[in-house]
Amino acid sequence: MAIPSYATRGERIWYYVFRGICALIFLFLIGPLLIIIPLSFNAQPYFTFSQEMLTFDPAGYSLRWYQDFFTSSRWLNAIKNSFIIGIASTILATVLGTIAALGLSSRHMPARGLVMALLISPMIVPLIISAAAMFFFFSRINLAQTYLGVILAHTALGIPFVVITVTATLSSFDTTLIRAAHSLGANPTRTFFKVVLPLVTPGVVSGALFAFITSFDEVVVVLFIAGPEQRTMPIQMWSGIREQISPTILAVATLLVLLSMMMLTTLELLRRRGERLRGVTPG
Amino acid sequence: MSDSAAPLTTADGVPLKVSLRRAVRRSKFKALLLVSPLLLFLMIAFVIPIFEMLSRSVANPEVVNHLPRTVAALEDWDRQDVPGEPVFEALVEDLLEGQEARNLGLLASRLNYERSGMRSAINRTARGLRTMDPPYREGVIEANARWGELDTWKIIQREARLYTPSYYLAAVDRQLSPDGQITRAPDNLQIHVNLFWRTFWMSGLITLMTLLLGYPIAFLLASLPLRHSNLLMILVLLPFWTSLLVRTTTWIAILQSQGVLNDVMVFLGVIADEARWQMIHNKIGTVVAMTHILLPFMILPLYSVMKTIPPSYMRAARSLGGKPFLSFRRVYFPLTIPGMAAGGILVFILSIGYYITPALVGGQSGRFITNYIAYHMQTSLNWGLAAAIASILLLVVVVFYMVFNRLIGVDKVKLG
Repeated sequence: MAIPSYATRGERIWYYVFRGICALIFLFLIGPLLIIIPLSFNAQPYFTFSQEMLTFDPAGYSLRWYQDFFTSSRWLNAIKNSFIIGIASTILATVLGTIAALGLSSRHMPARGLVMALLISPMIVPLIISAAAMFFFFSRINLAQTYLGVILAHTALGIPFVVITVTATLSSFDTTLIRAAHSLGANPTRTFFKVVLPLVTPGVVSGALFAFITSFDEVVVVLFIAGPEQRTMPIQMWSGIREQISPTILAVATLLVLLSMMMLTTLELLRRRGERLRGVTPG
Repeated sequence: MSDSAAPLTTADGVPLKVSLRRAVRRSKFKALLLVSPLLLFLMIAFVIPIFEMLSRSVANPEVVNHLPRTVAALEDWDRQDVPGEPVFEALVEDLLEGQEARNLGLLASRLNYERSGMRSAINRTARGLRTMDPPYREGVIEANARWGELDTWKIIQREARLYTPSYYLAAVDRQLSPDGQITRAPDNLQIHVNLFWRTFWMSGLITLMTLLLGYPIAFLLASLPLRHSNLLMILVLLPFWTSLLVRTTTWIAILQSQGVLNDVMVFLGVIADEARWQMIHNKIGTVVAMTHILLPFMILPLYSVMKTIPPSYMRAARSLGGKPFLSFRRVYFPLTIPGMAAGGILVFILSIGYYITPALVGGQSGRFITNYIAYHMQTSLNWGLAAAIASILLLVVVVFYMVFNRLIGVDKVKLG
């Protein structure tokens, strides 16, 4: 969007004003995430910059909140729980969701719209309603306050993301490739592993990442159905924010921002790989 | 080539049509088979529990289960006067049985929703029953005056059915009078309608804010060459991928009265140290934090629509003599309406169902109806009312979702 040579003066001014507005909005988007990073190194137990920090006095900075985090058994236990629950529910959701997506993308799938709407519903129903419903249901079948209960609940919440991303990948999948593989003498198993799987993998992996982050970031359902033993990171943060507000939360938040940067990079690499494999030229 | 009269057959002699139909049936079955494990799982773990919870909004088993004799004895009551001895005898028997089974609490709270004072009426009377001798009428009324009131008995008779509209009425701040008329709830209980409206107008405001902030960004991203826009896209996607709690926490750090923004303002001399802005634990906190959190959900659909608008349209409008603003308003803007609709509905749906952020930064005045569902689930333990509010909310969400689906189709939503 370079300024065309015929632009009037007013347009030139507007061009820079518009860029300025956009820069401010980007600052609104990203600034809050960046601001917690220096705050998490605060030597004082405050949520704001101290005098020493502003004058770049080394005494104003410390790693005490990180130390707090890595030596607290509650936080470490919460991380462990989050990973156990996140990984288990991601595996379940990815396997079930991918198999279902294969069926959904078939031309002959009956009642496709209805089934799709049903599979997407956990994403649409407000979390508090899902949480209340699961609370009653899991209590009745004695799965409340168990790992299995939380894992199954998170599987349900993660499924829509897997279904959406994998069906999207499959819809751009060129089925003539399968016929081509057959005609070149590959048997179905070989075709699946050598042709279908490499092309579909990026979609499956990004669906899995979505499912994982959904579980990893989920508070409401865990709040309702988990017991004290299944305390996850988000729950620990939630109670931290509500009860004893301490900058340890900012240290955790910084670590989580780094995690999301890693996830985002992975996704971007997957997208590029997917484009390359499909022969789409990246921009 | 067979001759035109004979039907087409496959190599093994089956008519082509039959063979084709068979193949279609087989692949239909195969597709269904692939989907069925997931469908079954979601039905059991999600769909059925939701319906089961919603059914609590009309379920009313307490009176029928815990006062069976009383209900039977009330059958030929004339509703003119406090019933006579047989009814009281039945009541005493029911209460004694309930006390032995230790399940009078449910009945007591249920009747207390309908008429305040009924909880203690039931609990206190039941405790004194052991020492009471027939005739019971006098003694029971003496134990608690509620039993001597006509309305109490009208309510017991009315609630002697398995379904009740009471919870829905309570969810919209109405109640049934003892005579079955719908009346407004007392002023101190008029909370839910206000909360529904607040949830809707604040969600509308949040949607508008995301639109105002998201439109320029989406426009910029769509008009830049891909190399640059991909980089800037990361700035949109990073918040999208960052934990919700992190984003909420950071707004607490920024907005609170000892927070970053107030400190900066005090430092710059814009406000006095004593007059720091109260920007959190109220409506401002909720709107700002949620606008930030939901902004990517507006930008992504807008961007994908704007990406499909050929830049030559604007150039054509300009070359036909349109001033920049006019060309934008008459040519570009109308083409982006589908994107605005998609993003707007998406943000609105997500917003009215939000719980975490309003609970953490909303204080009293910035709370949503979802916070009241949680309150009734966890604190007041009025699960029927929680279910009634939840089903009203769910109905609104489903209506908007259907509009969304009709307009765009949920499988067209791009996630990142």
